[in-house]
Amino acid sequence: MNSASLSRWLLFGEWRAHLVQVIVALIAIAIGIAMGFSIHLINTAAFNEFSAASKSLSGQADLQVRGQKAVFDESLYPLLANTAGVALVNPVLELDVAIPGKQHNRNDQKLKIIGIDMFRAAQISPDLLGLPAEGETLDRLASDTIFLSPAAMAWLQVKQGDSLQLYAGLQTVTLRVAGGLVRARAGQRIAVMDIGAAQWRFQQLGVLSRIELKLQDGVNHAAFKAKLAKELGGSYVVAESADQETRVANMSRAYRVNLNMLALVALFTGVFLVFSTQALSVIRRRQQFALLRVLGFTRQQLLRQIITEGVILGVIGSLLGLGLGYAVAALTIQFLGGDLGSIFFPGVKPSIYFDPLAALTFFGVGLGVTLLGSIAPALEAARAKPALALRSGSEDMAMARLSPPWFAVICLSVAVLFTQLPPIFELPIFGYLAVALLLIGGIALMPRFAAWFFSALQAKWHSGRIGAVFTLVLARLANAPNQAAIALGGILASFSLMVAMAIMVTSFRVSVDDWLGRVLPADLYVRAAATGDQGGFQPDVQQAVAALPDFGRVDFFRSQQLMLDANRPEITLIARPVDQSDPRNTLPMTDDMMAPASWPDDVMPVWVSEAMVDLYGYRVGEKVILPIGAASNEFLVAGVWRDYGRQFGAIQMQLADYQALTGDVSVNTVALWLQTGINLDAAIAKLRQLPFGAALEISRSGDMRALSLEIFDRSFAVTYLLELVAVVIGLLGVAASFSAQTLARAKEFGMLRHIGVMRRQILTMLAAEGGLLTVLGIALGFILGWGISLILVFIVNPQSFHWTMQLHLPWGWLMLVAVIMLVSAALTALLAGRQAVSGNVIRAVREDW
Amino acid sequence: MLSVNNNGKRFFTRFARTIMLIVSLLITNIFAEPSRWMPVVPDQQLTFPHDYGAHQDFRIEWWYITGWLETEDNKPLGFQVTFFRYATDLNEDNPSRFAAKYLIIAHLALSDPAVGKLMHTEKTAREGFDLAYARQGNTDVKLDNWTLVREEDGRYQVDMQASDFGLRLSLSPTQMPLLQGENGFSRKGPKPEQASYYYSEPHLSVTGTVFRDNRPVTVSGRAWLDHEWSTAYLDADADGWDWVGANLDDGSALMAFQIRGKNGSKVWAYAALRDVAGNVSFFKPEQVEFVPIRTWQSPHTDAIYPVAMRIRTGEIEWQLTPLLDDQELDSRQSAGAVYWEGAVTLTKDNKPAGKGYLELTGYVKPLTL
Repeated sequence: MNSASLSRWLLFGEWRAHLVQVIVALIAIAIGIAMGFSIHLINTAAFNEFSAASKSLSGQADLQVRGQKAVFDESLYPLLANTAGVALVNPVLELDVAIPGKQHNRNDQKLKIIGIDMFRAAQISPDLLGLPAEGETLDRLASDTIFLSPAAMAWLQVKQGDSLQLYAGLQTVTLRVAGGLVRARAGQRIAVMDIGAAQWRFQQLGVLSRIELKLQDGVNHAAFKAKLAKELGGSYVVAESADQETRVANMSRAYRVNLNMLALVALFTGVFLVFSTQALSVIRRRQQFALLRVLGFTRQQLLRQIITEGVILGVIGSLLGLGLGYAVAALTIQFLGGDLGSIFFPGVKPSIYFDPLAALTFFGVGLGVTLLGSIAPALEAARAKPALALRSGSEDMAMARLSPPWFAVICLSVAVLFTQLPPIFELPIFGYLAVALLLIGGIALMPRFAAWFFSALQAKWHSGRIGAVFTLVLARLANAPNQAAIALGGILASFSLMVAMAIMVTSFRVSVDDWLGRVLPADLYVRAAATGDQGGFQPDVQQAVAALPDFGRVDFFRSQQLMLDANRPEITLIARPVDQSDPRNTLPMTDDMMAPASWPDDVMPVWVSEAMVDLYGYRVGEKVILPIGAASNEFLVAGVWRDYGRQFGAIQMQLADYQALTGDVSVNTVALWLQTGINLDAAIAKLRQLPFGAALEISRSGDMRALSLEIFDRSFAVTYLLELVAVVIGLLGVAASFSAQTLARAKEFGMLRHIGVMRRQILTMLAAEGGLLTVLGIALGFILGWGISLILVFIVNPQSFHWTMQLHLPWGWLMLVAVIMLVSAALTALLAGRQAVSGNVIRAVREDW
Repeated sequence: MLSVNNNGKRFFTRFARTIMLIVSLLITNIFAEPSRWMPVVPDQQLTFPHDYGAHQDFRIEWWYITGWLETEDNKPLGFQVTFFRYATDLNEDNPSRFAAKYLIIAHLALSDPAVGKLMHTEKTAREGFDLAYARQGNTDVKLDNWTLVREEDGRYQVDMQASDFGLRLSLSPTQMPLLQGENGFSRKGPKPEQASYYYSEPHLSVTGTVFRDNRPVTVSGRAWLDHEWSTAYLDADADGWDWVGANLDDGSALMAFQIRGKNGSKVWAYAALRDVAGNVSFFKPEQVEFVPIRTWQSPHTDAIYPVAMRIRTGEIEWQLTPLLDDQELDSRQSAGAVYWEGAVTLTKDNKPAGKGYLELTGYVKPLTL
C-alpha cells in the first residue's frame, strides 16, 4: 500500500466511523463563517447603496459649498459663478417636505425635493433632470410641476399627470406630477422641481441649500478649496466629494463596525467549536497514531495526515459557510431590506454584491482556525512517545499541555489593560480586543478551574454521602478536567456572550426608557413640517395654539441642523425654554454641569449632548463659538446632557436667547400639557379644528415613547438573532464534545458495566456530568459575561455612539436562559451517552487490548 | 435667420421644440387668447440704437452672426455665433430671482476645411443674477462667460470660449444696417401676422483671434449680422426653410430665404439685394427660387441636405458651393436643433461673386424606432 492510498484509507476510515462528528464540525465551521460573511455582505450592500444614493444627488461636482445652517443666501451663487477657476456652478435647494396624510406612519418619511436649475444640473447631475411627457418640455421650468422618482410615485400612489398635495409650513401646495426622473436608484424617494418654483412655492425665496462646483481643467482642487474656504469665512463649509463620502460613512460607521464585531463574536464561538471538535478528534486517536508510529509512520507523515484532514474539513466547511452566508444575505436583503432593522439606511434597496476579497478573508479565517485546531494537538501527538501514548488514559495529559495556565493569565491581564485604552479612529478597537481576550483567557483557564472546583467538591462530599454514581461523576470531573473543560468551553463562550449582550441591551433599553420619560414630559407634541430654514409655526399660529384653554402649559421648540464640520454629519440645535435655575428640571443632565450661580453674565449658556464632548471636544465651563445669529456668537457650555436620539451631537439653548440672536420667531414643535380634567382626545380634536389643524402632526407622548422603544427593539433584533446563533453553536459544542468523549470512554463504560454498574446508572452519571459541567459553565459564563457587559456598557457604547448608560441586569431573562441551557446540555450529554452504552459490553472491554 | 420651425418634432428637441409648439399654437389662438406679447405689425419705425438692444415684449429674439475668416497663412475659416432670447411664458408671478421667465441660448460653430467637419458647442441658461441676460438699449447679451456687446461706435465685440475652441472677434460696420422687408417688417408667411422685425448688418469687417486646441490664431474677414425679433412667426404648414446671407465681392449684399411647406412646396420666399450705393432691390415670393444642385447625406443624422444650390432672385442666378459638406449642427443632446449652417461661396455666371452662409433647416427625418 503506498502512502497516498494509506493516507486516503486512514482518512475515510476515520470519517466513516465518526460521520456525525465530522458533520457537526462542518456545520460549526459553516455557521461561523456564514454569520460573519452574511452580516458583512448586508452591511456593505446597504452602505454602498446608501452612499451611492446620496452621491447621485450631488452628481459629479468637484466641490460643494454649504452653509453651517440648512440654507444660506443665494447671493453667493453669482459670486461663485464669477470666481476664477470655476467651470460650472450648480445651485441646489433641497427640502424635506411633509405630505398630507403621510405624517402618522413611521415608515412614511418626508419627501425630499431637490430644486435645480436644469441648465446647470444637466452638466453636473444629469440624472436629476425631469422626464416630462412628450412635447411638454417646458414642464421642467414650470412653477406648478414636480418630477418624482419611481419609488416616490409608488409611495405617494400618483402617476404622471396627477396632482399632488404637499405642505409648505402649515399651508398646502398643489403641484402636478409632470413625469419621472432621468435616473433614480431603486427605492430612492426623491422629487425634482425647478429651483425658482421650489423657492416660491415652499416659501424659500432668496435661499439655497448648497452650491456645487466643477472646476476648470488644471485647477488644483485642494488649493482652490482652501482659498475659497478662506474667502467665504467660517459660516460656509467647502467640501470635496470625498468629504461628502466621509460624512456619509461617518454617519453609520459605528453601527456598522459594531455589527461586524457581533458577527465576529458569532464567528469566534464557531471557531471555538471547530477548534475543540478538531482537537478532540485528534486526541481521541492518540493511541491509533501511536500505533501507526510504532508500525513505521514517521512524525512528518503523521503530521501531514492530520493536517490534510484539517484542510479538507476547513475547505469544505468554509465553502459551505460562504455559500450559506451569501444565501442568507441575499434573502435578508430581498425580504427585509438592507438596514437590518436599524435606522441608518432608510428607504434603501440595495443589491447584493459578491465581494471576492471579503470572501477570501472569511474563507481564510475558517480554514486557518480549523488548521489551528488540528495542528496544536497534531504536534503534541507527533511529539509524544509512542509507548506512553499507547497506554490508555493518556488523553488528559495530552490536553493539559494544550492549555498552559500562564497563557490564560496573560490573556486576562492584557484584557484588563486594554479596557483602560482610548478608542482608535473613534472606534472601540481595544474594547473589542478586551472582550475577545477575556473570552480566550476565561476558556483557557477552564480546565484548571474545573479540576480545582470538582476536587474541592469531591473533598467536601465524601463518597458515602452521595452514592456511588455521584462519586464516580466527581472523580471523573476532578481528575480528568481537560476533556470536561472542552465541553465547558462551548457553554462558557456562548453563555457569557449571551449574558453580556443581554445585560448591555437591557441597560441600554432601561436607560432609553428613563430618558424618554425625561425628554417627553408633556402630554402632546405638535409639529409642523419645517421647510428649509423656517420652522412651521409662525407667531400668529403659536398664539392661536397657546390661547386654547385646554392646556395648562405650552412650550415652544425650535430645532434645526447645523454643520460644524464638513466631515461630520450635522448636529442638532434645539432652542426651548430651559429652567435657568436648575436645568435638570428640563434636560436629562449628567453630573457634568455648572451651577447657574457660577455662570458669567455676558455669555449665553448652552447645554451640549455627550456626543459634543466626544466629537467636538466641548468641555463644561468652556466658551465655544457657534453659528447662531447673523454672525457667529460665543456661548458658555453650561452642562452635558444625555442624548440617545442624536448620536452625531446636539446642543440645547434658551429659546429666548435664540430669538434675541436670530430674530427667527418661528418654531417647529409645540409641547402641550393638559389642564387637569381635560380629555386627551378632546384636546386633540380642538387642535384639529384650528384653521391649520389638518396640517398639524399631533403625537401623544405615550405613543412617541412606545414608537421609540419599538424602533429600539427593532434595531436590536439582529443582535438577538446573533445571540441565538451563539447559543446554538454552544449547544452543538456540548453535543460534539460529549459524543466524542463518551465514544472515547466506551471502554470505561464497558468496564463499569462489568463491575455491576447498571446501564441506567451510567446514563444518570452522564447526565449528572453534563449537568454539573453546565452549572459550572453557566456560573463562570455569568461572571465572564458580566465582565464583558461592563466593557460593552462602559467602553464600547460610549466610544462608538457617544452616550453613557447605567448598568441594569435582566435577572429573569438570565435565569430562563440558564435553565434552558442546563436542561439542553444535560439532555445532549444523555443522548450522546446512550449511543456509547448501547453497544456490546464484551466488545467494549475487548477494545482495550 | 434662426433654426426655428413649427414642425418641432422633426428637429427641435425638448424645450426648444416646445417653445415653437407654443409659438405655432399661438398662431391659431392669437385672437382667442389675450397675450402679454406684442404682435409684429407693419409701419412700425425701427429706432436705433434702441432696436439694437433686446425687446422684452416679444416672445423670441436672436442675434446671428456668420462670416468668413482668413488666417495669417491665408487658410479660410467659417464661423457662426448666435444668441437667442426666449420667453418661456412661465413664472410670470414668481418673485424668485431664479424664476425661469426668459432663457438665453447661444451657439458657436467653426468650419475649418482642415478639420473636415463643423466644430460646435452651445449653452443655455435662464436669465438672472447678471450671469445671463439680453439688455435693452443696445446689443448686450451674456451667457456666463460668452458675450456679444455692441459698443457706442457701432463695433461688436464677441468673446466665446469653449473647452476645445473659441473666438474673440471685433466686428466693425462698413455699411448702414439693411432693413429687411418693409422698413424692417419682414413677412414669413401668407398671413400678415406671420412676420418679424428684421435688420441685417452686412459687410462687417472682422479682426481678432480664433482659438483651437488652446492655440490662438490671428484672423480677419467679413461677417454678416442678423437681428430679428418676433412673437408669432411661422405658418402652421411650414416644414423648414432655406436661407442665405452673402457679402458680395463688389460690396453689395444679398439675403434670400424660402419657407418650405410639408410637401417641399414654397410657402413663402423673399430676397433683398443692396448694391454698394445703397439701392435695395426687393423680390416678391414668386421671384425667388431655390433649386438643389447637389445633396449630401449626413452620416450623423441621415438627413439629406441640398448643400449646393442655385438661387434665382428675379433675373439673377446665384450658384452656392459649400466650403465643406459636413457643416451640420446637431445640438439635440443638450438643448437644441439639428440644422445645416455652412459657409458657402457664391458664383454668378460662373464667376466668383462673393461669400456667405447658407442655412438649411427641417431636413432631419424623425427617428424611427
